[in-house]
Amino acid sequence: MAHDSGSRSFNLKVMLRDERFWKIAFQVITLVVVFLLLSFFLSNLNRNLIQMGRAFGFSFLRNPAGFSIGESLIRYRPNDPYWRALTVGLGNTLTLVAAGIALTTLLGTAAGVASFSKNWLVHKISRAYVGLVRNIPLLLQLFFWYFAIFGMLPNPANQIGVLGLAFLNNRGVYIPWASSAVLAVLGIAATVGAAIAAFYLWQWRTKIRIETGVGGQKQSIALAVLGLVWLAIIVFGMNWTIPEGIEGGGVTGGLRLSREYVAALTALVFYTSAFVAEIVRAGIQSVSKGQWEAARSLGLHAGIVMRLVVFPQALRVIIPPMNSEYMNLTKNTSLAFAIAFPEMYSVSTTTYNQTGRPVEVFVVLMATYLILCLLITLVMNQFNRAVQFKER
Amino acid sequence: MRKWGLLAAALGLTLAACGGETTTTAGGDGGGTATAGGRLDVVKNRGQLICGVDGGIPGFSFVDESGTYSGLDVDVCKAVAAAVLGDAEAVEYRRLDSTERFTALSGGEVDMLSRNTTWTISRDTSVGLEFAPTTFFDGQGMLVRADSGIETLEDFAGQAVCVETGTTTELNLTDQMRQLGVEFEPVVFQDADAAYAAYDEGRCEGMTSDKSQLVARRSTLPNPDEHVLLEVTMSKEPLGPVTTNNDSGWFDVVKWVTYGLIQAEEFGITSENVGTFEGTENPDIARFLGQEGTLGTDMGLPNDFMVQVITQVGNYGEVYERNVGADSEFALERGQNALWSEGGLMYSPPFR
Repeated sequence: MAHDSGSRSFNLKVMLRDERFWKIAFQVITLVVVFLLLSFFLSNLNRNLIQMGRAFGFSFLRNPAGFSIGESLIRYRPNDPYWRALTVGLGNTLTLVAAGIALTTLLGTAAGVASFSKNWLVHKISRAYVGLVRNIPLLLQLFFWYFAIFGMLPNPANQIGVLGLAFLNNRGVYIPWASSAVLAVLGIAATVGAAIAAFYLWQWRTKIRIETGVGGQKQSIALAVLGLVWLAIIVFGMNWTIPEGIEGGGVTGGLRLSREYVAALTALVFYTSAFVAEIVRAGIQSVSKGQWEAARSLGLHAGIVMRLVVFPQALRVIIPPMNSEYMNLTKNTSLAFAIAFPEMYSVSTTTYNQTGRPVEVFVVLMATYLILCLLITLVMNQFNRAVQFKER
Repeated sequence: MRKWGLLAAALGLTLAACGGETTTTAGGDGGGTATAGGRLDVVKNRGQLICGVDGGIPGFSFVDESGTYSGLDVDVCKAVAAAVLGDAEAVEYRRLDSTERFTALSGGEVDMLSRNTTWTISRDTSVGLEFAPTTFFDGQGMLVRADSGIETLEDFAGQAVCVETGTTTELNLTDQMRQLGVEFEPVVFQDADAAYAAYDEGRCEGMTSDKSQLVARRSTLPNPDEHVLLEVTMSKEPLGPVTTNNDSGWFDVVKWVTYGLIQAEEFGITSENVGTFEGTENPDIARFLGQEGTLGTDMGLPNDFMVQVITQVGNYGEVYERNVGADSEFALERGQNALWSEGGLMYSPPFR
């Protein structure tokens, strides 16, 4: 009896030497530390808010904002509530993010591929661009584009016309655009839809040609028809309005991109693309030399080798870090407030200043950026799954 | 071995967290957002006043090449430092932009603001501030280029106006234009320097702010003569020093030192002649200068605090003329900022 109970009884020394105990203990300690830190900061916040006689809450978002916002996707008047003002800011952020991601992908990939060019000038321009832009702070570049490039454009009285289709002056850039927002959305949707359909048609055609060695004419014709339909929709369906210069300065019609928006977009795209270019370059270099040589020895020329053999393999390395670059771009849009672009952060600072509620406004702001970045990650993970090596 | 190290580190963190809690609680009380006299004691113990200023507006608060601050707002900081610490130079200035200022004040980073802050009911109540007496009665104006052809606010239809964010001017501008039914484009900058730069190179037709600030800033533009102020006043802008709620002891000090500047001018006491009031027969002045009664010590200050203020900083009239009035490059009339006895709005309750 005594022997039995002795072996089962609690033995401190044995327990301290047991690795399993420590594995659990460390997790408990970590949890306690995190909990203590969190509760300390929250109770500190709470105590200070009470001392200032302010209760934490979001009801102020329903009060009228009272300030005006320079540009907006949705209808906004100054007596609309704060939440609507914040929505306007979010909309402006999203236009910057969407255009930024699209243009960054194009420019970054082009610059990355260009660094492999046999053409001396193209190669050197690509390297110089990356070297210069990557090493200068983004805020500086924003001010540079805003004040030194777009600020130096002539005033509306002496504006520059581009082929009678677009105008540039120190207020912004004026481009042809669909006559209504609904048409513009439909046009963008048609473009995206056509691109997706074309991708699958192309894959189908390739599959048939691989399996049978011939054929695919039907798919080729379908592709051509798709292209023509898309072109017809874009050219005739959009009811384009062309900006026209007014006598004495100014522009009517078309779409006005404010100088703040154009400068912010240019700076963000140039800055982020430099990093993307390096990611693309790294991805391409990660494909072993044997792949190049094998493809070349089959008689394929350099362009096809890059497009069909190397780049698809490079994508496996490229996609995961691209996710971070897209997220960086999204978060960096908040710097556009420095050049007066009314994006989410800019509207939020005005809001918390007028209401005296920095904590609540920053909670909203952080949650918004968090959700945006998580959405990007979600999409990028899908892409990643599609390009990863498939074991058959 | 590595695991033991980790354990030690984790334990250390826990202890630090607990320790941190107790010290911060004590600091929180000492930091004085609550108890009467809290912030006053903090300033006395520190031996220095931390004053939040703008630092970019000539005449109000401006820092020159040598790092010296000057201006009307700066002199108010100096007056408080002279009253509390007996030394007008015992001030550390913090440059704050318009969106940082209230957070810096309520977070206890600065003891007071003297930074062109407009007294409004929502700032007084919901933002949780206390406004000391107004040191400059201002109104919102509009700066335009002389050759722009803009003469009234209606002319701004479809035009752009540069404005600094987080200010009352941003709201007043919207109100005025809404009332007139004018669609305009606000270009909102976080930083005043960027806003004036954008106005100067032609992004906006107009730049709006408090009139005094526009006059002061115009002097820093490349060609000041090419810009004019419109004949329009969009709002009332009473500007003055600010402290936080729930520290009435400290608020009283800032309030009565500011009143003291005005009262000194009314009594005719200047930095030049303050010595001649030694042993004065006038009981009001004797109380004011601390020769009789306990007005100063009741507030927790030396009884002769106004003597220190007037000797080192001067009275309100001197401060005004030196920084923005006749003795300065701006030569602003006293106007609303004259004493009540001379048709202005400057009025101090009695010191008794």
